[in-house]
Amino acid sequence: MQTVSEPIKLKTSPGTPLGAGAAVVSGGVALLEAFLAEGVETIFGYPGGAIMPIYDALYDYHEQLEHILVRHEQGAIHAAQGYARTSGKTGVVFATSGPGATNLVTGLADALIDSTPLVCITGQVFAHLLGTDAFQETDIINITTPITKWNYQITDATEIPSVLAKAFFIAGSGRPGPVLIDITKNAQLQKFDYSGYEKCSFIRSYRPKPIVRNQYIKQAADIINAAEKPFVIFGQGVILGKAEKEFKAFIEKAGIPAAWTIMGLSALPSDHPLNVGMLGMHGNYAPNVLTNDCDVLIAVGMRFDDRVTGRLDKYAKQAKVIHLDIDPAEIDKNVKATVPVWGDCKETLPLLTSLIEPKLYPQWLQKFKALEQDEIDACIYKELNPSSEELTMGEVVNILNELTNGHAVIVTDVGQHQMVACRYAKFNQSKSNITSGGLGTMGFALPAAIGAKYGAPDRTVVAIIGDGGFQMTLQELGTIMQTGIDVKILILNNRFLGMVRQWQELFHSKRYSFVDIESPDFVQVAKGYRIAGASVSKRDELKNSLQEMLDHDGSYLLEVMVGKENNVFPMVEAGTSVSEIRLK
Amino acid sequence: MNKQEFTITVYTENQIGLLNRIAIIFSRRKVNIESMNTSPSEIEGIHRFTLVINESEEMVSKIARQIEKQVEVLKVYYNNDSEIVWQELALYKVPTSEVAEKVQVERLLRQYGARAIVIRNDYTVFETTGHREETDALIKVLEPYGLIEFVRSARIAIIKNSKGFHEKLKEFEAMAPGPELVENEYLNERDKVFTM
Repeated sequence: MQTVSEPIKLKTSPGTPLGAGAAVVSGGVALLEAFLAEGVETIFGYPGGAIMPIYDALYDYHEQLEHILVRHEQGAIHAAQGYARTSGKTGVVFATSGPGATNLVTGLADALIDSTPLVCITGQVFAHLLGTDAFQETDIINITTPITKWNYQITDATEIPSVLAKAFFIAGSGRPGPVLIDITKNAQLQKFDYSGYEKCSFIRSYRPKPIVRNQYIKQAADIINAAEKPFVIFGQGVILGKAEKEFKAFIEKAGIPAAWTIMGLSALPSDHPLNVGMLGMHGNYAPNVLTNDCDVLIAVGMRFDDRVTGRLDKYAKQAKVIHLDIDPAEIDKNVKATVPVWGDCKETLPLLTSLIEPKLYPQWLQKFKALEQDEIDACIYKELNPSSEELTMGEVVNILNELTNGHAVIVTDVGQHQMVACRYAKFNQSKSNITSGGLGTMGFALPAAIGAKYGAPDRTVVAIIGDGGFQMTLQELGTIMQTGIDVKILILNNRFLGMVRQWQELFHSKRYSFVDIESPDFVQVAKGYRIAGASVSKRDELKNSLQEMLDHDGSYLLEVMVGKENNVFPMVEAGTSVSEIRLK
Repeated sequence: MNKQEFTITVYTENQIGLLNRIAIIFSRRKVNIESMNTSPSEIEGIHRFTLVINESEEMVSKIARQIEKQVEVLKVYYNNDSEIVWQELALYKVPTSEVAEKVQVERLLRQYGARAIVIRNDYTVFETTGHREETDALIKVLEPYGLIEFVRSARIAIIKNSKGFHEKLKEFEAMAPGPELVENEYLNERDKVFTM
């Protein structure tokens, strides 16, 4: 039996967790044992006063648990998001109390709205100081209640194993989301009889997956079988449900064209013949226009965000809507479902596939093709083959596609470059497009790319970032420097906060109000962090520069100077219908 | 959509912070909570929230689903006034001298179903239970006699067609809920009872 006086010997190697009655351990050790039992390999964090006992315990576990020291807690949580999104596992974050904890807020909100599984551990002041305005005390439980799937404050170490088991179960099951566990310092220090860790797979009041109702599957199949112009739209639910194969089998048997939300991007290979492109405000022309032409709209694992639907009272009113979702609260929230198909699409899609008749809709697909041609003529050709000397964001992404063959993980920030990257990037495997979809968090890409690389170490990770967003979290270059992680940073610099400028141009009579942002010499900044880099503004150097970035051994920052006042088109203007999408 | 009064009944685990988690679902949507009560339920260890809001049925159904989504919430029902039996408790403090001299106390007690629960030299406390209009009516009567204090409790409500939560809880405790669990029907049938 281990004793209190020999804490350093209490660490276990993976596969030999501390067993029942094995030891008296501290709360900090129990926490790390929970991580090992849950298969955690990587922690993104930043130490501080109220989490020091946990960091002290980590000192003995550093061989089993890799801790990435970030430069700001927001960087830690975005990195954990990137990690979760490429690995399909739950991301883990450490932050201290007070400012450390409040710096997680943006990432929690982002992870909740984009359904990313996270377990965030925050330190907290001693339990007897709670509510006394102690140094670095903040009520992080109440601050984060609306932006977590679940949160809990531990004041007694004996709760740690069971609460952590619950935390991992809740974060990763059903519709995933962030969980925050706040642990008071006394609980981290407290020694208790540790009787092993038991994973949680059931909570009485929590039903991660709704029950699949066969009568609705049957109704949905009947409607699909009778359809003449059916249309599938899909979101991240396909990726989160690990249902890419089931989804592909479904659309292939049904012969139905499918369009994606940016969160669903990469679930279906870009070159799949039934992939008809991107939905929403800056999506492709055909899927937006034909949303209001289809007779059956089948929504799979998506939540009808307003950026996807445009004006709701003119959205697919002619269509019967079949909505497959794991979260019952999403059904009827924005768009009324004719048939609701509750459940994990991994289970419901095969049931549906088995009941539908194999079909082809050549004329219907032809309509998509024709409208696609209109979009090529009006926007795409110009974007990819510009006549001016100025580079376009689209041509940069297009050359990147050529060089990576769609194998890279693309992490984007928020703004014009994000829309362009989502529109033009090609993917041939899932979990490859990492972006802040629901919250639209500028500054997301750089830290998320770091995490994405840890989640998919064998893949090339390219962070495409605007000049504005990069400056929001560029301190994480320090994390790249220290860890030596290989992230390719591609800054598309238009010397403007481009998306806001575009709106000011189109809707505010070109009154450019505080969008003219100056940037430092990004290559010099990278150099300061010992990261190689280059800047390019000429078309004939672009391909080589991108190749050099990809070939470079280690991280690399490539700044591409693009046209200052280029706009992203097509565009569904705010307050208009998806079928009123403008091409210029 | 027409707004009307809905009573929301929430069965939950007993957990610190859950009250806040439920309350912010309303405040986020700028929905005012008219009254809120928490109490034990028919089952030991299971809490029961009773909330009253004035909203459209569409809004109340969406709110119900958001509440039911919370990890520690077992089940949410919402009902209009015809589907429940409800009561509110009210207390009225008036100067004893005034009521003793000027009010026909006996008539008042009979008419409003009130009873005096404390009678002192300086003040008397009346109590009555009933619907809002009934407890309000007694205020009007007592006001001229120098109503010193008034307080009314939140609404508590019994759902007329509920068979209690015992059977439902068994479904929750079983890993796979029973086939009798009605899942989606409210959507097509506009059944007021919603289950996840």
